[in-house]
Amino acid sequence: MALEKQLELGDSEEKVRKQVAVYVYEAPVRLWHWVTVLCILTLSITGYFIGSPLPSVPGEASDNFLMGYIRFAHFSAGYILAVAFIGRIYWALVGNHHSRELFIVPVWSGKWWAELWHEVRWYLFMVKTPKKYIGHNPLGQLAMFSFFVIGNTFMILTGFALYSEGLGSGSWADQLFGWIIPLFGQSQDVHTWHHLGMWYIIIFVMTHVYVAVREDIMSRQSLISTMVGGWRMFKDDKPD
Amino acid sequence: MAQIETFYGVMRRQGITRRSLLKYSSLTAAALGLGPTFAPKIAHAMETKPRTPVVWLHGLECTCCSESFIRSAHPLVKDVVLSMISLDYDDTLMAAAGHQAEAALEHTLEKYKGEYILAVEGNPPLNEDGMFCIVGGKPFLDQLKRAAKDAKAVIAWGSCASWGCVQAARPNPTQAVPIHKVITDKPIIKVPGCPPIAEVMTGVITYMLTFGKIPELDRQGRPKMFYGQRIHDKCYRRPHFDAGQFVEHWDDENARKGYCLYKVGCKGPTTYNACSTVRWNEGTSFPIQAGHGCIGCSEDGFWDKGSFYDRLTNIKQFGIEQNADEIGTAVAGGVGAAIAAHAAVSVIKRVTSTSNKEHGEQES
Ligand code: HEM
Ligand code: HEM
Ligand code: SF4
Ligand code: SF4
Repeated sequence: MALEKQLELGDSEEKVRKQVAVYVYEAPVRLWHWVTVLCILTLSITGYFIGSPLPSVPGEASDNFLMGYIRFAHFSAGYILAVAFIGRIYWALVGNHHSRELFIVPVWSGKWWAELWHEVRWYLFMVKTPKKYIGHNPLGQLAMFSFFVIGNTFMILTGFALYSEGLGSGSWADQLFGWIIPLFGQSQDVHTWHHLGMWYIIIFVMTHVYVAVREDIMSRQSLISTMVGGWRMFKDDKPD
Repeated sequence: MAQIETFYGVMRRQGITRRSLLKYSSLTAAALGLGPTFAPKIAHAMETKPRTPVVWLHGLECTCCSESFIRSAHPLVKDVVLSMISLDYDDTLMAAAGHQAEAALEHTLEKYKGEYILAVEGNPPLNEDGMFCIVGGKPFLDQLKRAAKDAKAVIAWGSCASWGCVQAARPNPTQAVPIHKVITDKPIIKVPGCPPIAEVMTGVITYMLTFGKIPELDRQGRPKMFYGQRIHDKCYRRPHFDAGQFVEHWDDENARKGYCLYKVGCKGPTTYNACSTVRWNEGTSFPIQAGHGCIGCSEDGFWDKGSFYDRLTNIKQFGIEQNADEIGTAVAGGVGAAIAAHAAVSVIKRVTSTSNKEHGEQES
């Protein structure tokens, strides 16, 4: 905390980057991250089986409820994902500087673009040393916004639009999200897009997890432990 | 304005008894989901109210809506309703033909200006100034606009008038459009389906004639009483869906057992219509009961949503037709391969740069 305070008290970021540890991700952000991970995992697996159901179960229909349970799990995880996301947006308003990085990409900043370019070259093996970052690196930030924030919002909106069809016309979900269906054409189009959206998210997750592990090993700062404990550790005290 | 007969008057002239009228009223009340107390109200309205003139136009269509309509469950229904509407203008059902017919239409439009209901079956093609559909020597487009100008309300019969249907399917050479693209200043009641169910058609029209107002519509302009739910919501095979019991192939044991048709492309989960409750042909059956999935005939653009046996739409933008999962796995596979390659290069670089370091090289 002390170091974070120092930063707030006006020490230049440059100076802090040379420090050994900074408190970056506050507890609500971390909690949100891992809750979201669980939800998306559940949603992708159950969603896939809603689209392509498992082989038929034997016995009487009245003795089985497999599809019902799968859909129930999907909708429950969908609710949690959505509520958590609203909570995360709230935290971006009240949390620390880094809590806003997910939503506000500083495309107006020349420095940000320069660092983005540096990061691209780092991933293309064109530069030998990565820069240090207290928050997200610019490339990660861009990917998190365009794949995750956009993708997640899209999935929540289309998901609740589909959900409103089950609750029926006039239900709260229909009143809040029903307008989305005609926007896409008809229900079938929303299903198709919601299904494609899953793959959009999966692509993000694959890349994200790979990069998190790789950066944890190869970059000059801690990553995974930062998302667990909140503290950013730097592996050297050389300047950026 | 000229004195208009009551419904009852018309019916008596057609030889329909009062007893039949009461029977019809209770049937209709049930179809509209109004409960038995409404039957006398319907009967009373029909006995006392002047009948509402209806003009029924035909554009680009196959006449399946008319065919469905005249096969209403109770023979009375069609007599009653036909006696209320066919007198004015319907170029398929009326007796008059040629100039006489056109004169009859003009007469009706003038006489009941602002009073009549316009029912449209089929739709207008816009290409070549509407020359792909000519009625009485003139483009149907003109007739439609003329008739819509002084109409009280407009009913769009079937998927053609509501959404465009087959004649508007890609590439739509005649540029056929649903009527709401042409009529923009009148309330339009969409009664989609290819064709719509007879009881739904007569139900909608009776509601309007007896209560003098249009039924409650959903966002897309369909009467909620018939299009408020999906086939899937009231399907009698739904317990098999929830249980996870599906027809896997058309000829398997599960098909014989009457399991859910989801895996063979049933579009019931995305189709708003009354088939699973009202059913067809006097409530005899409906496609799913006959063992075939719903093809979504009452949904917007159902001809362009890929195969009748796929639940999701194929995405043609990718060249060959692909479904969402094929695209997803292909892209995810590509990303996975890229990640593997990137990881491999990362490891190699790391190993070489570490050995470089060991040889005393300075990192920049
Ligand atoms: C990352 C998030 C999500 C993923 C990956 C996901 C994935 C999927 C997939 C693949 C399907 C099957 C679509 C089809 O083939 O028809 C589906 C259906 C559905 N999803 Fe989601 N979904 C997500 C979020 C949500 C949310 C937030 C809700 C809201 C409650 C939701 C509600 C639904 C509903 C109602 C269906 C249709 C179920 C049915 O037709 O029986 N989803 N989802
Ligand atoms: C469904 C799976 C996942 C999703 C949707 C997801 C999403 C996100 C998002 C949106 C952020 C930004 C957090 C913020 O700024 O508030 C983030 C950060 C992070 N995630 Fe994930 N994540 C997933 C899985 C994982 C997994 C499995 C790991 C661990 C291997 C991981 C490690 C990290 C790390 C280390 C960060 C911080 C990156 C940094 O410090 O720049 N994530 N994740
Ligand atoms: S047969 Fe079709 S409408 Fe009926 S439960 Fe199965 S998917 Fe739904
Ligand atoms: S079951 Fe589906 S395809 Fe068949 S008539 Fe009804 S809406 Fe049309």
